[in-house]
Amino acid sequence: MSKDMSYAAVNERKSEIMKQSTKIDFSKFESGSIAFDYEKMMKEAGYTLEEIQQIQGQTGVGNTPILELRNLTALARKCAAPGKGARIFIKDEASNPSGSFKARRAATAVYHAKKLGYKGVIAATSGNYGAAVASQAAIAGLKCIVVQECYDSRGVGQPEIIEKARKCEALGAEVVQLSVGPELFYSFLVLLEETGYFNASLYTPFGIAGVETLGYEIAMQFREKYGKDPDVVMATNAGGGNLTGTARGLRKAGAETKIVGASVDLSGLHMASDIQFNKKSFTTGHTGFGMPFSTWPDRSDVPRSAARPLRYMDRYLTIHQGEVFYITEALASLEGLEKGPAGNTALTAAFSLAQEMDEDQMIVVQETEYTGAGKHIQPQLSFARENGIEILFGDPKDEVPGKNIILPSHPSKIKAQDADLDHMRKSLIKNAIKTYNVTPTAEDLEFLAVETKTNVDYVKNVIASL
Amino acid sequence: MIKKGEWVLIHRIVMEPSARAPQVPDDTKRVPLELWVKGYLQEDANIGDEVTVLTRTKRIEKGKLLEVNPYYKHDFGKFVPELLKVNEQVRDILFGGADNE
Repeated sequence: MSKDMSYAAVNERKSEIMKQSTKIDFSKFESGSIAFDYEKMMKEAGYTLEEIQQIQGQTGVGNTPILELRNLTALARKCAAPGKGARIFIKDEASNPSGSFKARRAATAVYHAKKLGYKGVIAATSGNYGAAVASQAAIAGLKCIVVQECYDSRGVGQPEIIEKARKCEALGAEVVQLSVGPELFYSFLVLLEETGYFNASLYTPFGIAGVETLGYEIAMQFREKYGKDPDVVMATNAGGGNLTGTARGLRKAGAETKIVGASVDLSGLHMASDIQFNKKSFTTGHTGFGMPFSTWPDRSDVPRSAARPLRYMDRYLTIHQGEVFYITEALASLEGLEKGPAGNTALTAAFSLAQEMDEDQMIVVQETEYTGAGKHIQPQLSFARENGIEILFGDPKDEVPGKNIILPSHPSKIKAQDADLDHMRKSLIKNAIKTYNVTPTAEDLEFLAVETKTNVDYVKNVIASL
Repeated sequence: MIKKGEWVLIHRIVMEPSARAPQVPDDTKRVPLELWVKGYLQEDANIGDEVTVLTRTKRIEKGKLLEVNPYYKHDFGKFVPELLKVNEQVRDILFGGADNE
């Protein structure tokens, strides 16, 4: 008897497919209400930090250098009040085998898949993670399928996404390209069912625990070289795994460092719109992922996401597309470092935040990513212009996503904006109450307090106001 | 005629507009969900024919034959003069100007 492959029927089999493709019994960590045992899930379904360091070390992942950006710091100080302008550093994650920090996540997921005897791995991603899974699968001798949202209905795709497909194929993966739409998840489920491969989701405990080494290394490298922890670690926030893993690693090192998230402001653009798909000039690191995934982490492709950024975030800054392109070019011109723009989202926010901080303080931007044809500011801006996006110099605060990209007329015009974390915390609580539709237990209240980095009284007040 | 065994790109419709998910915005709902994948052609065929391919992971896929030996057409894009201006402006602010002449 052949299986019913309709959209509804495949979605109906979702939890069964997920269980087959991850071998994680998520129900083990559930309370039956809103709360679930996050730490237990991270411990039992994941690996210890030491184990992950060993797994990553086998494929040359991790131990990336930290570079001080002296000229960019000097430029920030030219724009700041006397005595202000913290030292800016980057953790050069582009030197991982696949060209980004995502190799850390993929190394752990692929190791686990191989250990469990899977023949292959599948990841749904348009970006660096696909390349990372393809790279690790190549090393492990596993088959690999990358499912990509790639083209609009005219068959036009962002040069950045097409470059990622090239890279994945170069690393031996099969790339399944789709047009715009959330039904990508349907095709993903069909492929998991058909092949019986491992779901190398970004949001399993392996995917997140893989990033913990990044935070841990930052603390260790700073202590060794500068005798202290950095004051701020800035992480680009999209699906939340980058920030979550880094923050957890810093905590495991005992660091008191502040964790600041950064996203490109794409407000007003619908992420599932065929027409707007190619009007955005950032395919990741933007608020279209950053906001919904922060305020409701369990919207991801596993029942319980291991990426829960609001638990760790001290501050959340947004920045405009034009500002990131400007800083990417400045990084090349002043530091001799040509990097992909999406990874420079956090760097741009750091350039602004440094000006609020004292000269003796230190900010580390915890990633860089590879660049090249397609995945570079020149083809991205050129593509934007061909798609009717106006590119001009001016004040970035006037930028309208999907209409124009405003390069700052002077670097002093680069100003990160604070996202309303309080509003986001309330949204998360609201989403939890709505989804589970229960009267929260004492355990639920405690859980929501941890989820939002607040306290039980805060959670009670928000619930009372609903 | 494209020979069996050649490396090709195929295309098929995964979902017609009428079958699309309810949460999809209107502009997306008007168009089908499409799929592109590459593989080894399983029979002699012509561009535009419905064919079968064997993919890198040894899966069988069916679809319309689009290209033989498909290649990447992305590049560094057309010149964006604004970037040159940014490149020089930051050097000017930091190292240039009257103090440096």
